[in-house]
Amino acid sequence: MMTPENLILASLALPLLASISCLLFARQQNLRDGLTFIAAVALFAVVITILQTFEAGTAIEASWWNFAPGIELAFKVEPLGLVFALVASSLWIATHVYGIGYMRGNKEKKHARFFACFAFAIFATMGIAFSANLLTLFLFYELLTVSTYPLVAHKETDEAKAGGRTYLGILMGTSIVFLLTAVVWTYVIAGTMDFTPGGILTGKTEAGFLAILLALFAFGIGKAALMPFHRWLPAAMVAPTPVSALLHAVAVVKAGVFSMLKVGVYIFGIDNLAETGASQWLMWLAAFSILAASLIAMQQDNLKRRLAYSTVSQLSYITLGVALASSMGAIGGGLHIVTHAFGKITLFMCAGAIYVATHKTEISQMRGLGRAMPFTFIAFGIGALSIIGLPPLGGSWSKWLLMVGAADAGEQVMIGVLMLSSVLNVAYLVPVFAQGFFEGPNKDKGKSFRENLKEAPLFCVLPPCVTAIGCLVLFFYAGRIEAFLAPILLGGS
Amino acid sequence: MMSLVENHAAILVILAPLLAAPLAMLFGHRGLAFLLSLAASVCSFLLAVYLLLLVQNGAVLSYHIGGWAPPLGIEYRIDAANALVLLIVSALSVVVLPFARTSIESEIAEKHHTLFYACFMLCFTGLMGVTITGDAFNVFVFLEISSLSTYVLVALGAEKDRRALSAAYDYLILGTIGATFFVIGLGLIYMATGTLNMVDLAERLSTMESNRTVRSAFAFIVIGLGLKLAIYPLHRWLPGAYTYAPSAVSAFLAATATKVAIYAVLRFMMSVFSIKFSFEQHTMTFIIFPFALIAMFAASFIAVYQVNIKRMLAYSSIAQIGYMLLGIALFSTTGLSASLVHLFNHAVTKGALFLAVGAIIFRLGTPLAANMAGMGKKMPWTSAAIVIGGLSLIGVPGTVGFVSKWVLLTAALEQGFWPISMAIVLSSLIAVVYVWKFVELLYLAPIDEKNTRANEAKEVPLSMLVPIWVLVLASIWFGFDAEFTVHVANQAADSLFNGGFLKEAIIMGGEGR
Repeated sequence: MMTPENLILASLALPLLASISCLLFARQQNLRDGLTFIAAVALFAVVITILQTFEAGTAIEASWWNFAPGIELAFKVEPLGLVFALVASSLWIATHVYGIGYMRGNKEKKHARFFACFAFAIFATMGIAFSANLLTLFLFYELLTVSTYPLVAHKETDEAKAGGRTYLGILMGTSIVFLLTAVVWTYVIAGTMDFTPGGILTGKTEAGFLAILLALFAFGIGKAALMPFHRWLPAAMVAPTPVSALLHAVAVVKAGVFSMLKVGVYIFGIDNLAETGASQWLMWLAAFSILAASLIAMQQDNLKRRLAYSTVSQLSYITLGVALASSMGAIGGGLHIVTHAFGKITLFMCAGAIYVATHKTEISQMRGLGRAMPFTFIAFGIGALSIIGLPPLGGSWSKWLLMVGAADAGEQVMIGVLMLSSVLNVAYLVPVFAQGFFEGPNKDKGKSFRENLKEAPLFCVLPPCVTAIGCLVLFFYAGRIEAFLAPILLGGS
Repeated sequence: MMSLVENHAAILVILAPLLAAPLAMLFGHRGLAFLLSLAASVCSFLLAVYLLLLVQNGAVLSYHIGGWAPPLGIEYRIDAANALVLLIVSALSVVVLPFARTSIESEIAEKHHTLFYACFMLCFTGLMGVTITGDAFNVFVFLEISSLSTYVLVALGAEKDRRALSAAYDYLILGTIGATFFVIGLGLIYMATGTLNMVDLAERLSTMESNRTVRSAFAFIVIGLGLKLAIYPLHRWLPGAYTYAPSAVSAFLAATATKVAIYAVLRFMMSVFSIKFSFEQHTMTFIIFPFALIAMFAASFIAVYQVNIKRMLAYSSIAQIGYMLLGIALFSTTGLSASLVHLFNHAVTKGALFLAVGAIIFRLGTPLAANMAGMGKKMPWTSAAIVIGGLSLIGVPGTVGFVSKWVLLTAALEQGFWPISMAIVLSSLIAVVYVWKFVELLYLAPIDEKNTRANEAKEVPLSMLVPIWVLVLASIWFGFDAEFTVHVANQAADSLFNGGFLKEAIIMGGEGR
């Protein structure tokens, strides 16, 4: 039996070792990818063990050294982080399998660097998920930015370089200018940076300053892609699709909104936000972000860019959940991290599968393609419907909770915003797979189903199907996650 | 024997390199000269560690040279502040020397190698001496020892680029003006007080705030040392000297020379002149503060547009000096602590960067950025070191640069100076630009087909890689675990700011006052 400390150590060490082994065995590609796969599965097992230990009521904390006198680099498991870690580690397995298929099928270069940075990004994600104070969070947040830059600039073309520059510039710029200031300011005001249920800022400063501090956090956590600091996400779409799938639909962006949630719940405290009204402005900005990004998404013909803007919009749901300053909103935001992760990763993996099979990137070229790639398009459809929020798919619950949260907070306008956004989602996601089946030339009429089939390699098709099924399963397990997340709001007032 | 070392550690720190210098010349064999210099540096380093351990919790040591009690005799006086600087200087010397052994082969004519080691040791002696002494005039003596040898070291770069001569000449003129100002200042306070021992001076000066001689002495001393440490408008000599000096010399100077000058300014401002003097407060607020801010931005901007990588790093150094001065100008213990911790952190970072760039220059023979395109593939270890050093310059967490920024931001926000905190973070954004330009060049730009040396370049030998990576690993280690450095910096700041340096000292070697 592993001690709780070792469990956290293992969850950090496994992806880190995987990253190192990728560099050590740069030439032996089967060994390298096999080892990483084992690490991914082992990581998932470790996170599951952490979950079981945590549910048994054991506190799981670890701190190995001090950063400076009185400031620890510390890790602590709490429900929100655990859910995030579960999502990231489970989807790493799927994406790794998919990544092998994609990178080989697409004849991309520099596999070793790619998989090494990928595993390192997962390491940073685990660090973010389990961080016990703002400093630890900030440390891993920046490591995540730095380690994903080589993935964005992977193709080394001018376009990739420009994308990488935007990516690094916005993410590092916002985090250095706003987030670091916010962290130090919090430390100076509160005298501590530990994530504490109920928050640490209650009564420490005036409402006006609280709003400014919240602004520093909201814009500083650039990974949450709140407008106007969202440009890096579409720019990052030049990366190979597995990167867009896991990192820019799950790990990186969710690290952003997860940090937002954590700051809202454990630093400001939901009750504190509700009483001071410091998050009112954030609510309106998030609402604007939701609608504006959806409108931009509708105009995109490039599938990955459309999905990227859709992500910008969906991320603001979670920021909205925090800004509503109601308990249901926060839990809804937490749940949306999970459901959106499964939905969006499915969409991205399908986009990648289409690219591998046909080298098509524009939606207008994909008419009728569903008949040749039925599995991919059905998986895409399921993912899309989950994002839109239709039962019986996972996405319906998180949207429902967010609406309840809005109602609790007495913000009827926000309910309207969420509903309007759903309509927009339908408008830009449904046509993609609908035209795949119902439009375009059907010259293959009369041929048998098998002759018609032109799917991408199995490694590329299976993972999105699995995650699509995941969307379905989530519908039935959403209640458990909700119950699991509920304790994060205890301990405040 | 042990007790001899223990009793006389304070003087042995200086004696080891001071003796190594003439011996290196006399032997006239470059292998021997190298070994001798390295041995002397290691001795100094170990003794510096020993001294730091003694004073890390706030003790003050006093050593009377020749047994002559101060204020008549010369006193070496050690608190956490100068022990920290001693450690930085000696550690850098130990690290840089093995690198220099290989790198000067391509930069300096063989017949000058023993001269190089001798000058290096003299420069090292001078820097250590300025730091350790508790006698104001002794500071001047050692300052001149280090400066004169530095002029020679910079001029040795002429083998490769004749512009080193004019750079050394610039440095000579400006350095001499600085030294003159400094010695005039010393003369004035000697006139006013009749003593040169720092503790004695502090005691007598404490009641002389309104004395004009004392005030002008203060101005002369600050400006004289300001030239040495390249406070923004007095920085003209620095880019040239760092650019054209041999790589190892650039690394050593960038990591230590300005740090020692900053220490000397601090010692005079905080310990010798009492911080209660209102003219000091005004100097901070109206002179050092704005110039520190200008340095942070202007020098960073200039760094972005440099085509010569060493010059870029030099301008970045001027900007970093701005950070240190800003910490001092905040006029609080935390601010001072931020400066001192940055002293250490920047020495490690810049040392690593100058060495790594030196390694690339060793292979390519040119410091121009354009020629270094694509070196990420040819020299993976060196390039990785540059990336990590660059991240530390930006202040990414997990590197020492972050620790500095953290403490500095805390100091600024503690006093509610949030516009200053904004300035700190904004100026580090400019660092992102110039660092990333270089990183992109190393990794994403194709190698120039016509550049045969670049096409044939391979990784540098271990004797160069090990020193680079020692510093890189140190900058990661102390970035994660800053407890020791921050603790020592806090102690040092306390000793400087709250007069700990002047209190009753433990007398080394038993000679009484």
